[in-house]
Amino acid sequence: MDDLLQEFVTETNESLDVVDVELVRFEQDPNNAKILDNIFRLVHTIKGTCGFIGLPRLEALAHAAETLMGKFRDGLPATNDAVTLILSTIDRIKQILESLEREQREPEGADDDLISDLERMVEQLVPPAAAPASQYAVGALTSQVLERPLRPGEDSLDDLERAFRETAVDLPAAKNAKSAPGEAAKDDDAAKAANQSIRVTVDTLEQLMTMVSELVLTRNQLLEIVRRHEDSEFKAPLQRLSNVTAELQEGVMKTRMQPIGNAWQKLPRIVRDLSVELGKQIDLEMQGAETELDRQVLDLIKDPLTHMVRNSADHGLEKLEERRAAGKSEQGRIRLSAYHEGGHIIIQVADDGRGLDTALIKAKAIAQGLVTEADAEKLTEAQIHKFIFAPGFSTASKVTSVSGRGVGMDVVRNNIDQIGGTIDVKSVVGVGLSFTIKIPLTLAIVAALIVEAGGDRFAIPQIAVVELVRARAGGEHRVERIKDTAVLRLRDKLLPLARLSQLLGTEPEPSDLERGFIVVTQVGSQSFGIVVDSVFHTEEIVVKPMSSKLRHIAMFSGNTILGDGSVIMIIDPNGVAQSLGSAVTSQIDADKAADTRHAAAEEHLTSLLVFRAGSSQPKAVPLGLITRLEEIDARKIELSNGRHMVQYRGNLMPLVSLNDSVRVKGEGAQPLLVFSDGARSMALVVDEIIDIVEDRLDIQVGGDNSGVLGSAIVKGQATEIIDVGHFLPLAFEDWFRNKEQSRRARPPALLLIDDSPFFRNMLSPVLQAVGYEVTAAVSAPEALAMIKDGRAFDVIVTDIEMPEMNGFEFAERLRGDPRTADLPIIALSSVVSAEAVERGRQVGFHDYVAKFDRQGLIAALKEQSDVGRAA
Amino acid sequence: MSTENAQQKLTEYVTAMIGGQLFGLPIVRVQDVFIPERLTRVPLAPPEIAGVLNLRGRIVTLIDLRCRFGLGQREKGQISMAIGVESRLESYGLLIDSVGEVLKLDDAAREPNPINLDQRLARVSAGIFRLDGQLLIVVDVDRVLDIGMNAVAA
Repeated sequence: MDDLLQEFVTETNESLDVVDVELVRFEQDPNNAKILDNIFRLVHTIKGTCGFIGLPRLEALAHAAETLMGKFRDGLPATNDAVTLILSTIDRIKQILESLEREQREPEGADDDLISDLERMVEQLVPPAAAPASQYAVGALTSQVLERPLRPGEDSLDDLERAFRETAVDLPAAKNAKSAPGEAAKDDDAAKAANQSIRVTVDTLEQLMTMVSELVLTRNQLLEIVRRHEDSEFKAPLQRLSNVTAELQEGVMKTRMQPIGNAWQKLPRIVRDLSVELGKQIDLEMQGAETELDRQVLDLIKDPLTHMVRNSADHGLEKLEERRAAGKSEQGRIRLSAYHEGGHIIIQVADDGRGLDTALIKAKAIAQGLVTEADAEKLTEAQIHKFIFAPGFSTASKVTSVSGRGVGMDVVRNNIDQIGGTIDVKSVVGVGLSFTIKIPLTLAIVAALIVEAGGDRFAIPQIAVVELVRARAGGEHRVERIKDTAVLRLRDKLLPLARLSQLLGTEPEPSDLERGFIVVTQVGSQSFGIVVDSVFHTEEIVVKPMSSKLRHIAMFSGNTILGDGSVIMIIDPNGVAQSLGSAVTSQIDADKAADTRHAAAEEHLTSLLVFRAGSSQPKAVPLGLITRLEEIDARKIELSNGRHMVQYRGNLMPLVSLNDSVRVKGEGAQPLLVFSDGARSMALVVDEIIDIVEDRLDIQVGGDNSGVLGSAIVKGQATEIIDVGHFLPLAFEDWFRNKEQSRRARPPALLLIDDSPFFRNMLSPVLQAVGYEVTAAVSAPEALAMIKDGRAFDVIVTDIEMPEMNGFEFAERLRGDPRTADLPIIALSSVVSAEAVERGRQVGFHDYVAKFDRQGLIAALKEQSDVGRAA
Repeated sequence: MSTENAQQKLTEYVTAMIGGQLFGLPIVRVQDVFIPERLTRVPLAPPEIAGVLNLRGRIVTLIDLRCRFGLGQREKGQISMAIGVESRLESYGLLIDSVGEVLKLDDAAREPNPINLDQRLARVSAGIFRLDGQLLIVVDVDRVLDIGMNAVAA
């Protein structure tokens, strides 16, 4: 095929994809002249090029479609039928292009059917008065098939002129156009960029990338050699080679990156067609289309994504009547989102449909012999849902059609497996379903720390490493043990520790934690220390996906070849965090479309320190509230003014007994829980520290005793949860009424709204401790009811992501009411993005604080009360 | 000659000794034969995965066929060989005791597995050839590589 034709086919295909998307948008927003202009220009270009190359069929089709669109531009309504007709014309054009590419010439055949439909549509749309014009158009069309070269130009001279005028304006005015906000400017930029780019086949880029990877490996080998010879003359040139390699690598990586939006391009059209076909109203929401990922990866996830969106539209979302009956909005929602997280890209496909049918999946899994009936009974819902990914699970159409899911999910999983990714499903019956795909940046080159543990070397991605700490007995950073749990005391924080060799099972004997290095690692908001035997150096490593046989090992995100030629595993900090039993993933889970309530209940694990004091019943306090654990020599406890004190870090620290039956020991070691706020510290005297556990904190029975929040089941045992806020003022009477707050007659009233019991319970004592009278509400409507009842509050702290009514709506309501319009509101959210903050500002939040930022919240509250006093 | 050839469909097998038993792998599946060096063990991996290694810039997953076939532990210090195979764009090395000659065998002579064959062998065997003095088990490479698929349910 000659190059011209090839280029035409590629370019036209791309233009048509854009037209597809734009048409769907236009249909929803028929008054947007810019979208229409854009479509018109694209179709016009196609028509023009066809005429130039001599492709009569394509030209005639494009022309007829253009005529119809011209009518839209003249202000006639874009009906559903008309858009469908244009879309099917575009499909026909695509068919012709396909065979054009194969056979290098236009296929035989006629398109009179479509053309006459289009013409009829033009006539229908044209108001009676303008009839002569349409007849002219029709006449021109028929003759155009016969005498191609002259007619098309003649016929649409007006349009052509207009298109020309627009193009003429676009080019020189591209810079000026920037001042006009919105899409026009963006389009122009895109158009300009296109002019400066060249087409390169993916193979070429692929080859380039392979070569660069090899180059990086070779460079690493050279560096390894030079490292062994101290004063080598190679050092300087090698350094240069190293720098150039790094730049080259970065450049090549960049050429391969593409926005994920490219893979989503066809989706609006597919969803639109499906919604017409199925008689459903579907809203497709796409977020993070600009997230870039490797071209190769993009190609591989394109089909699975399309498949999943199709599934959601077809099976996931209920029919109109069903939705209405379930009390849902008629319009079903499918949400696609993508974002970067660490070295991964997270893509989510969520719908608010009916969710998975757990019972049916279970039955099918048993029938297919994937699990025994007895075992199935023990599985959680989430584990059962995973069966939809089992090979061959979907082939039986029965489950598919009834459960509505599982169509080829094994294929989807396979595709994702191939690129070293993982897929997870979350479903809540009647609320929706969401898939989370996590794809590593395959072939990516990352900096990693090379460490040794249990005789093997491993790479830890530098991005997750916060610092390296050398633990020494008696040194500043001490490793302490609470039963079997080791923690590191690091700058007033307790850091959970895990020995890498033990996590990996290569060295089952617990060895001395005081030897070795602690790699302080952060995943999301979770910090922990990975203990290794030795640390070598950092190295740029080429991430290679794990073999599919080993990908289930959560501890590893991939493997790599080191400079010395050996293969080592790359540690996945997420996997380590999970094995520590943390709730890291739930904290960053931004998807609230489907599973807020259930996920929150299931996954909000809390680290609790369990101890005994007074009675035999265990007590617990969230570990996050404790500053340090101390064990002091009982003889150092002094009695001053009737109170127990201990000299601690140069200050006197008051000791408070948890209750009357706890006695301060006379000799031996006295365990203490130290709480600090700013420069002050106090310690709770306890009898024995039992353990640190990860569990859901679900306080079931409220406490009557002061100092007890209530009881919860922790590791199967009823445990009292201690209200720290109660004890702080016992140590310092003015802990509540610090400084300026003491001037107030009554403590300021604070309303705390959060649907998660954990946060309500965690924050209430904290807020009380800083001097607020805290009232907690479970939901925004409940809070509104309280305000309506006349309860007065000085400040409101609210969660954003809540069922029923979210924080934004809540704030808007308050702002709309003159009585509460000026009330300071502080938003708490696990998602603190620039957009969310901006939205928060618009609806009238005074501040926006991350959910785990206790200090930030206190600072924000203080600021609000200062402002209040000044006013 | 030609007529005879047409009727007789011959398949070439690379033979290998594993724990005293002769096995044959279809030659079309065999990429190369190599001596594994600088093997890296993979913690938490299934027992039959001996480790991974770098073979000319590719990462190869080594599967210990003695373990996979239930043929006992390898003696310490015994030099083993590996047969390189590919599956779905991934490279694997099948760890064997020693490699033998390439045999050309008639498909028609291949017999089904005896019903009392050890389950671990029956699972991966595509049939048996009776050779002079010994039996050759035909290895179904894909089934050998089908490891850890039941991890889905876990």
